[in-house]
Formats: sequence, structure tokens, C-alpha cells
Amino acid sequence: MEERVINVMLSGVGGQGTILASDVLCSVFHEMGYDVKKSEVHGMAQRGGDVTTHFRFGKKVYSPLIKFGDVDYLVSLELLEGLRYINWLKKEGKVLLNLQEIYPPAVNLGKMKYPEDIVGVFKKFFNGRVYTVDGLDLAIQCGDSRATNVVILGAFSKIFDISEEVWERNLLNHLPPRIHELNLRAFRAGRGAIS
Amino acid sequence: MRKILSGNEAIARGAYEAGVKIAAAYPGTPSSEILTTLSQEYNEYILTEWSPNEKVALEVAIGASFAGARAMASMKHVGLNVASDPFMTVSYTGVKGGLVIVVADDPYSHSSQNEQDSRHWARFGKVPMLEPCDSQECKEFTKLAFELSEQFDTPILVRTETRVAHSFSPVEFGERIESPIPLGLEKKESPKYTMVPIYVRIRRKFVEERMKRLEEFANEFKHNVIEINDPKIGVITSGVCYNYTKEVFPQYSYLKLGMVWPLPKKTISEFSKKVKKIIIVEELDPFLETEIRAMGIKVTHGKDVIPNHYELSPEVVEKAIKGRNYRPPKERVNTSELPARPPNLCSGCSHRALFYAIKKLGLFTFGDIGCYTLATAPPLNAIHSTICMGAGVGGAFGAMKALGKEGLGKCCAVIGDSTFLHAGIPPLMDIVYNKGNSTTIILDNQTTGMTGLQEHPGTGFTATGEPTHQIDYEELVRALGVKHVRKVDPYKIQETMEVIKEEVERDEPSVIITTNSPCMLHRRVKRKFEHPFYMVLTEKCRGCGLCLEAGCPAISWREVSQWETMSQDGHKRKGVVDINRLQCPGCGLCSQICKFEAIVPGEG
Repeated sequence: MEERVINVMLSGVGGQGTILASDVLCSVFHEMGYDVKKSEVHGMAQRGGDVTTHFRFGKKVYSPLIKFGDVDYLVSLELLEGLRYINWLKKEGKVLLNLQEIYPPAVNLGKMKYPEDIVGVFKKFFNGRVYTVDGLDLAIQCGDSRATNVVILGAFSKIFDISEEVWERNLLNHLPPRIHELNLRAFRAGRGAIS
Repeated sequence: MRKILSGNEAIARGAYEAGVKIAAAYPGTPSSEILTTLSQEYNEYILTEWSPNEKVALEVAIGASFAGARAMASMKHVGLNVASDPFMTVSYTGVKGGLVIVVADDPYSHSSQNEQDSRHWARFGKVPMLEPCDSQECKEFTKLAFELSEQFDTPILVRTETRVAHSFSPVEFGERIESPIPLGLEKKESPKYTMVPIYVRIRRKFVEERMKRLEEFANEFKHNVIEINDPKIGVITSGVCYNYTKEVFPQYSYLKLGMVWPLPKKTISEFSKKVKKIIIVEELDPFLETEIRAMGIKVTHGKDVIPNHYELSPEVVEKAIKGRNYRPPKERVNTSELPARPPNLCSGCSHRALFYAIKKLGLFTFGDIGCYTLATAPPLNAIHSTICMGAGVGGAFGAMKALGKEGLGKCCAVIGDSTFLHAGIPPLMDIVYNKGNSTTIILDNQTTGMTGLQEHPGTGFTATGEPTHQIDYEELVRALGVKHVRKVDPYKIQETMEVIKEEVERDEPSVIITTNSPCMLHRRVKRKFEHPFYMVLTEKCRGCGLCLEAGCPAISWREVSQWETMSQDGHKRKGVVDINRLQCPGCGLCSQICKFEAIVPGEG
């Protein structure tokens, strides 16, 4: 078992489902015998604002918040929301980006430009440790754009040496039965997207 | 069994295990999920209610306690201001069944109008306060709070804050144990419960004696924990601040206070003798520091380095304590220059339509507490003051009194349905009684939207989803004496503007109520729009940007290529707008704003 605490930051836009993804992470690592803590801010999260979840696991976790600069894995469901937290990563950190762009109001109003080549910026600092997935496209192929979060979760699950069965069982525990099949497809599509 | 729960869910679990019979609350971030959990998961055992406001919630809990039931009221920090009247006096009466008041602070004001530190209420009200640091403690401390409440004949506060209430961690489950206190009202106990001067004076002395006994108890309390590691530095802290500090300085010695009021003075002295230097780490005010310094104990660092505003975090604590020795991580990208993503009203939200009308009329708007505070932001910029629940109604009245006839046609108050029932009725009564002339607009979205869609007396359903009496706002305000009551469909901008204009110019009190305007996230009630979505006829769009003034997240502007710089009717343009079909619910606001008929209903 990993002695030190591992820090995972999930970011995205309200409504993208970062919270479900982090719920599943929490139950998977708890089942594997780790202490876990997860922290998020909601209240206004459903209203299109940015959403970040701090997820930590290890032998004993104290703080519910990750220390700035201590993120081991940054998983972002949206490119700009990934870039917003680039400074939170450790030098040796790893990044998983969903190649989706959701324009914030200032861009929609034509007042600011959406940043260019975000993936390139990440590669500059984390070369060889940047993974990208077109989660939205895969989710649509699986039958529903709303399963993008689960595609990305599937891709992220590949990083850890935990059986697919554990991931899938915990995922389904968090979802109503009528969408089980769709989400299993999405999870597997994501898992298959990372080699 | 162990489960991962949020702090709020864990408090609900603790209340369940403690044998609670009655739980009442008014929703408020970050406390709302306590009652939601109780009403959804434990409603077989516990009678739960969304009360109209926190004062009522606490009074309901007090009555239940006097009848022998274990009872709980939960609220956010500013909710306790509303409930402070019964709170300050129930401290004197004490309890029969255990009485727990949960108060959830919101440092950094993630979703609040201020950052007040609720620990002061414990000292002010002479009531003990427990402060858990994670979900396991949330459950344990809540359970324990009921026992202490009965043991010491006192109401008791459990204080959380955003990072405790909304963080998730494992919780060990226990069995529910019913309270041994028999239910029943005893008239012979009335001197204890009747706070008229003669009995107040008796209970006043009791309160002081009780606090002395509680202080003695605090010295033995198993959740005031001394941890001696390196004796050079000893940290005195509580709640989530312990977690942050322990994370960055595991080598230090600690006194972690599970009970933050009254303070265990003997334990604190004992700890101060075991370590060389004392550092006090606490969020917001120097509450512990003031008390500990007053004991004559030398404190090396406290609020001289730890910020007294915003929330703490591991790096804030590290930076404060290391001072000049702190090395920040390297900045790779200047992220402060990235386009921000502030929260926004949902696409299709009726508030957007209503505030667009207000903006066009150029009114000064006295706002209130709810989603509609989001209309403060550009491009709507349509709320001009926000103080607290209900303040908009009284505020507009006061402003109109000050301005006299000059004020007519210049201002209005807006208030949500849930907020109106919480604190909007007395100020409306005042407008009529004291011969005012201000206009109050009730934004009826048929739910408590901002906090996550809770029921209230105007929705016709209880906390557990049972149908109940539904308040008729028109009948209610007419009973208060308001003669001019108008109903508007906010999605019809022109009509809405005309009605608002007429009423704000009227030299008499008036109320405008929005109809058929449910919250877009409402699960039970949906407005059926005429068309499934709207689309832009790109050839007609002049790129004037007028529709963007509504700030709808579904509408965006883009520059046009060199072949598109002219609209069909020959007007030069730099760009055009697009509507994201996936986000557009078809409310039609933008098509009413467009002057060039470039936005039309979509089909299919």
C-alpha cells in the first residue's frame, strides 16, 4: 500500500459531472483500504461556474484540501479549467485532459479570447506525462454527451493497478439502473482510449 | 459499517443515532444537506421540517425539547442571527430533551453575504460549542452533543464550516438509541421555561454555575486532545484548522480542542508548560487567542501571522508560520489573466428576463438573498444592494421615504418566493402601515433555488414531499393591505416592463408577482416554452450585440470571416452571434430583444 498521500485534483465546469467522478474515486480507494478525503465547493456550482474537487488518499489523510503545488494528478473535464490549475501540479505531476472547450462568458461576449494550444502549454512543462482524450466525442458515440465525465474517469482508471471490476461496480453504485449500460460503455471507451 | 459521508450527512447520521425525534431547518449553504439527509433517509424515525426561517426552526426544536424529545435545528452562520432571539434565552431555560443547534460558517464567503465567526455566539449566549474537524467527528460530536445538552441542562452548538460540512471522509456507523427521557409536558416545570423577570433572575445564576461546571468538564473532555511531539512548538487549534496545520507541520505538538467553548483552562495551562512556544491557528477572529492571552499565557504567534479574513488552507498556514522562509511553488502560467468563469443564471431562467426588464427601465434595485444576486454581475448589472434575507423590501421602502416624491419611478425591491416567506412579510406590512409607496416584486420560482431546491410554505409540499397547504401570495399580500397586486409573465418583456413602470410610478404600495416562472432546475414543475429552441439567422444578424446584454450562457459572439462582413440587408458587421442549441431551452428572451428579427424559433 502507498504510504504517502496522493493528491488528485478534478476540475471542470458546473454540470459536467466532476462530482460524480470524484465520488467514484472516493469509494474505489476506500474499498482498497485507504483513508480518503474529498472536498468540493457547491451552492453555486450548478450555475455554470468552475468546479474543483480535491481528492486525497493514503494511509492517513489530514487536510481535506490539497496544498497548492502538491497535485499528483490533474484531471480536467475542460481545457481552460485544466489550465487554470496548472500551477497546482507538482513538478513530476501527471495530467489528463478532456479535449473539450466550453466558452466562459467573457469569451462568449467577445471580450476575451479562449486560450490557444492549452495542450501544448501542458506538454511544455510536463512532457511525456500529458494524456488527452476526446471525451465528448466518445460519450456521444456511446449514446449520450452527458457521459463525458465517465469516459474521462475510465481513462483515469487505467493509471492505477486496480481491477476493472472494482471500478465498474463502484461506478454503478452511484448511478440509477436505467443508465448503467450507457455508463459502462462510456467507462470502457475511456479506459480503451489510454494505452 | 463504514461509509463515506459529507460532514452534513454525518451530522444527520449522528442525530439519527442519538435518537432525535424532531429536526427543523431553513436551507442555507453550507448547512442545507443536514435536513435534506434527515428528511430523505431517516424520515421513518425523525419528523423533519423546512421551517419558514431559522428563528421558527429553533423555536420548533425548543418546544420539542420541552416536551422531552431530542431535537435539532440547523442553519448557516447568518441563520443564527435570525434565530438569535430564542437562542439567547433558551440558554437560560435549558432543555428537557437534548437540544442541538448546528451552525455552519462560510469563511471566504463562498455562498454568503458575510464571513462572521459563529464562535462568538457561544461566548455571547453562554452556551457550549463543539467543533468537529471531519465527518467522523461530525457524527460523534453530534451524538455527544445531545448527551451533554441533557447532562448540563443546556442547548449546545455544533459549529462546522464549508470545508467540514462539504468534505467527505469515512464514517463508522452505529445503532440508533432512543432517548430514555419520557415524552410529556409538565406544568410544574414552568418556572424553568417561563422567562419573566422573577424566573429570569433564578436562571441567570444557574447559567453562570452551569458554565463553571462545563469548564471543569472541558478539562476532562476526551476530545480536547494533547499530542506531544517536538516540544519546541505547540499549536493550539480546533476543527479543520487542525487538519491543515497537522498536514504541513506534523512534527509540532498539538492541543486540539473539540470543545471551543467554554475553554479548558487547566488543559491549556498544562499544555503551555509542556511546550516552549505557543502558536494559535484559527480561522477568522482571534477567538481562542484573545481568551488564551487573557489567561496570561505567552502566545508567540496568532493573528500577527495567521490571516483573520478568508479561509485557511495548508499553504496559507505554511506561509504564515514559515514567514520569510516560505518558498512558493513556481508559477508556470499567469492564471489570473485567464478568462474567469463566474456562476451565472441558468439559460432560460426567469430571473434573467425579469432583470433585463428592470435594467431597461433603469431602476435602482434593492435585492435580496437568492440566485438573483447573480444579476449583480455584468452584463445585467441589475441589482444594486444586497444585505440579508428580507432587507430589500424594507430597504426600498426606506429609500423611498428618504427621497419622497422624487423617488417615484426610480427604484424597486425584488425578493424570491422562499425569501419573501422567510423575512419579507413584516417589511411589506410596514410599507402599508406607514403609508409608503414602494414596489415589491416577488420572483416566484416555486422553490428555494440557490441552496438546491428545497420546499417551503409556498410550494405546497413538505420536506418529505407530502402535499400540504400552499400559500397564495396574492391573498397574503392583500390581507396585509396592499391594494395594487399585479401578476406578470416575466418572459413577456414588453408587458412586464409596462407593469413595473406603472407600479413604481404609483404613489401607493404595490406588489408584482411573477407567474409560470419555475426554476429551470425544478424537478416537479417545468414551464413549457412555445418552441424547443431558438436559432440565429446568420444572414440577418448585424452583430450589434444587443442580445448579449441579457448574459445568456447559450448565446455567444464570434468574429466573421472576410466573406461575411455584410449582413443580408447590406449592413457592415464585425461579427455575429450563435445560439448553442444544446443549451437553449427556448425561453425566447433573446428573440424579443433582437431588433432585426434575426433570432427565430427553431423546429424539431
